[in-house]
Amino acid sequence: MTVFLLRRLIQAAAVVLAMSLLVFLGVYAIGDPVEILISPEADQIERERAIQALGLDLPLWQQYLVFLGNALRGDLGRSFVFNEPALQLILQRMPATLELAVGATVAALIIGLPLGLYAGLRPNSTLSKGIMAGSILGFSLPTFWVGLMLIMVFAVQLGWLPSTGRGETVEVLGMRWSFLTANGLAHMVMPAINLSLFKISLVIRLTRAGVRETMLMDYVKFARAKGLSPTRITMVHVFKNILIPVVTVVGLEFGGTIAFSVVTESVFAWPGMGKLIIDSINVLDRPVMVAYLMIIVLMFITINLIVDITYSLLDPRVRLEGKA
Amino acid sequence: MSSTTAGAPPAAAAARVETPFRRFVSEFAESRLALLGLVVFAIIALVAILAPWIAPQNPYDLAQLDIMDGRLEPGSVGGSGITHWLGTDDQGRDMLSGIIYGLRISLTVGAGSAILACLVGASLGMLAAYAGGRTDSLIMRLVDLQLSFPAILAALMILAFLGKGILNVVIALVVVEWAYYARTVRGTALVERRREYIEAAQCLALPTHRIIFRHLLPNCLPPLIVVGTMQIARAIALEATLSFLGLGVPITEPSLGLLIANGYEYMLSGKYWISFYPGIALLVTIVSINLVGDQLRDVLNPRLKK
Amino acid sequence: MTPPTLQVRNLRTHFFTRAGVVKAVDDVSFTVDRGKVLGLVGESGSGKSVTGFSILGLVDPPGRIAGGQILFKGQDLAGLSEEAMRQLRGNRIAMIFQDPMMTLNPVLRIDTQMIETVLAHEKVSREEARQRARDALGQVGIPSPEERLRAYPHQFSGGMRQRVAIAIALLHKPDLIVADEPTTALDVTIQGQILAEAQKLCADFGTALIWITHDLSVVAGLADDIAVMYAGKVVEQGPVTQVLDQPLHPYTVGLIGSVPSRNKRGEPLRQIPGMTPSLLNLPAGCAFRARCPRAEARCAEPPPMAEYRPGRHARCIHPYEEAVAA
Ligand SMILES: Nc1ncnc2c1ncn2[C@@H]1O[C@H](COP(=O)(O)OP(=O)(O)OP(=O)(O)O)[C@@H](O)[C@H]1O
Ligand code: SF4
Ligand SMILES: [Mg+2]
Repeated sequence: MTVFLLRRLIQAAAVVLAMSLLVFLGVYAIGDPVEILISPEADQIERERAIQALGLDLPLWQQYLVFLGNALRGDLGRSFVFNEPALQLILQRMPATLELAVGATVAALIIGLPLGLYAGLRPNSTLSKGIMAGSILGFSLPTFWVGLMLIMVFAVQLGWLPSTGRGETVEVLGMRWSFLTANGLAHMVMPAINLSLFKISLVIRLTRAGVRETMLMDYVKFARAKGLSPTRITMVHVFKNILIPVVTVVGLEFGGTIAFSVVTESVFAWPGMGKLIIDSINVLDRPVMVAYLMIIVLMFITINLIVDITYSLLDPRVRLEGKA
Repeated sequence: MSSTTAGAPPAAAAARVETPFRRFVSEFAESRLALLGLVVFAIIALVAILAPWIAPQNPYDLAQLDIMDGRLEPGSVGGSGITHWLGTDDQGRDMLSGIIYGLRISLTVGAGSAILACLVGASLGMLAAYAGGRTDSLIMRLVDLQLSFPAILAALMILAFLGKGILNVVIALVVVEWAYYARTVRGTALVERRREYIEAAQCLALPTHRIIFRHLLPNCLPPLIVVGTMQIARAIALEATLSFLGLGVPITEPSLGLLIANGYEYMLSGKYWISFYPGIALLVTIVSINLVGDQLRDVLNPRLKK
Repeated sequence: MTPPTLQVRNLRTHFFTRAGVVKAVDDVSFTVDRGKVLGLVGESGSGKSVTGFSILGLVDPPGRIAGGQILFKGQDLAGLSEEAMRQLRGNRIAMIFQDPMMTLNPVLRIDTQMIETVLAHEKVSREEARQRARDALGQVGIPSPEERLRAYPHQFSGGMRQRVAIAIALLHKPDLIVADEPTTALDVTIQGQILAEAQKLCADFGTALIWITHDLSVVAGLADDIAVMYAGKVVEQGPVTQVLDQPLHPYTVGLIGSVPSRNKRGEPLRQIPGMTPSLLNLPAGCAFRARCPRAEARCAEPPPMAEYRPGRHARCIHPYEEAVAA
């Protein structure tokens, strides 16, 4: 397990390095770094000073080392707009995005797994066909438009749920969370559902395909030959097997969910990282953009690592190979 | 449905020559839903192409707009005597006309980027499969990197650096989509390459380009068509999303996404139509393409055939 | 007089596929008495496994039992509810599957898969169920069973997995075991051990055994009776020594002739010419006609199952009446 972990960590570090090079090249080699990293409102002296500090007069490879060194110290530049360190700005907004993404993932599993299971066990029933048609719709519906329609119906017409914002938050572990207050939770319902729409469809399809495949396996027939009840066969023998691919894909999708939350956060004015990045792009606050990219890459890698480990915990075959 | 054809006496089957294309058409038509999708999409495409002759109003022609007609409800008659069946937006633009012209832009961007991405991706995939070795692993690394990074983010970043504009949107979409085509073509080409007829063709000392265009490409076509159809739908949705976020097409050329964004602020005051109808148009377009794509995948995928 | 453990009468199991009706089992009858072993032989695709699954009520759609009776200790299984059938499966009737690599669930530990079988049929404590599982593993010769209980299937070799499957089948000391080629995947020494255990089981508990195989030498050493299947039908049956020494049906003769050990050295192996017919569109008349050296015009009529000697049945119009030198 440790060897396996170590190998994965080294791989992850390599990818981070590669991505940092890519971001660096994007900012320094293609764009004009002076324009990108120094506020347009800065005067000549300030510019000179910043150019010195960022080492923009050095050769490119030295500049990269400076960039890397700064990044390692957590210095990814200052936001022109907020005049705060870009990294800090993003980290402040991270809890909002994380809780939204987790909420969406949980919703996708709670809604998608039972529906997919049903559709897989009774593939020819009318309800199953309805579920599958619904999942095509879930793939096709433009997320942002569904968000607008949700606001339209549940906030404007019915007045059941608040339309925008995070609502009340409480501070736990030095971060502010909405899901721990009733009001915050009410604010979270629509954005989370909106964000999970695509994932619900995904989970339904994966589960259904998995169930149909597993039901044909000899070990399911053998389980029936042992005289097990249908409930036990479905819930233990089939379910545990399909959980592996579903968890893997949903886990890997978590990064995508965080990325896609830029849309949902914009629709629901949810003050997370996604809304921040859109606002920053619109006012060309480039240090924030660079910092956001690096953070996202880091998050992706962490997620992949966690998924790998979870996967190996779920599947005994992988777990043992790692040990050997 | 199909049991009647399967049970047909051999004489009848022999009378009607079964070409692969005929079989493809009849298998495709087995799904009524897919057929409906195809018809709907054809109508949408036709409407988009014929926009200047169909739309009640030219939404770009400022002379035709009257700010006094702003935010009229669906069905009301404006100052110029036109009935606005789907209402008007804040500038007095007829929504129906706006949607018809918006469709034109959405479809152009979607199809255009899909075709370009297909050209780029297919060429690179073919190169990877044919060159092998380092070229192959370099290209495939790029593909993996591209596919592991969410499309929306990559597109956002590209547009953030390039700025708005139809061409820039197309570039961004090509960048985020070429990898799907590359992977598809490489996979198929690798399988096909090993087939005997390629060996035979090589023995005959045919030039490489002939092998690629005459032998490899035709075999890569079915999976490419499937991926392409799905990617057009994806491109349209992505363009709409980017435009909604204010990073896609410019205000002067409103696609469906931008129309929806324009209605956002009026939504809270109950003026739903400005966002609602363009969204429906978008939804119908994407669903119809996906229905066609789904069926194409089932028909063209040999693995699914029993 | 107690009825035999299993009596199968005119069983038909058909698959209603898109391409047509596959008559995988078509008019099969046989009887297995308490403590007896029936060898069910025939080439691949002749319907042996489907017969086994039919007895356990495990035929999956598009297949179903289209006719006949399966009398288990005198009770017709066809009339039972799914729940009643479930209570019999794994308890009074057990089955061992063909492919040991596929029969155990890869993500569940061995103890889970054994204990659940005990608990499905008896109200005992988990600890007692575990004890039973451990004993069953020991019975089939798995060393250090306590430790092996905590393992996952992929940590076992094919032979070990098949023993686990056999141990599971033994958990409730069933009245009938259907063993579907349980030793084909194993090497010869293990095969011998398992056969010996099977015989012991029948003697000790009076378990009736249906042993499916296409290996005639296994049947010769193990079975009391034999039923030879061809294209979904039993074509010959009777006491095992008599059938092997004096086969009546041309197919049985061919089958015996193609066993290496029974050929004289230096003589080429005799093969049955031709291929197994597709079950989809079987010709009327004897299904073996196209490959049969004794075929004649009358064989275009379906041959009836007839008793040619006491206890010796064959489905052939023109059987070998005298002993053939095989
Ligand atoms: N699900 C199914 N659908 C259609 N036909 C089937 C199905 N399952 C089995 N069959 C048919 O039933 C016939 C008998 O199959 P069966 O598995 O009983 O053969 P077998 O005698 O056990 O062969 P083997 O020695 O290879 O195990 C086969 O010809 C097969 O085509
Ligand atoms: S009935 Fe005829 S064809 Fe069939 S096995 Fe007997 S002799 Fe051969
Ligand atoms: Mg079999």
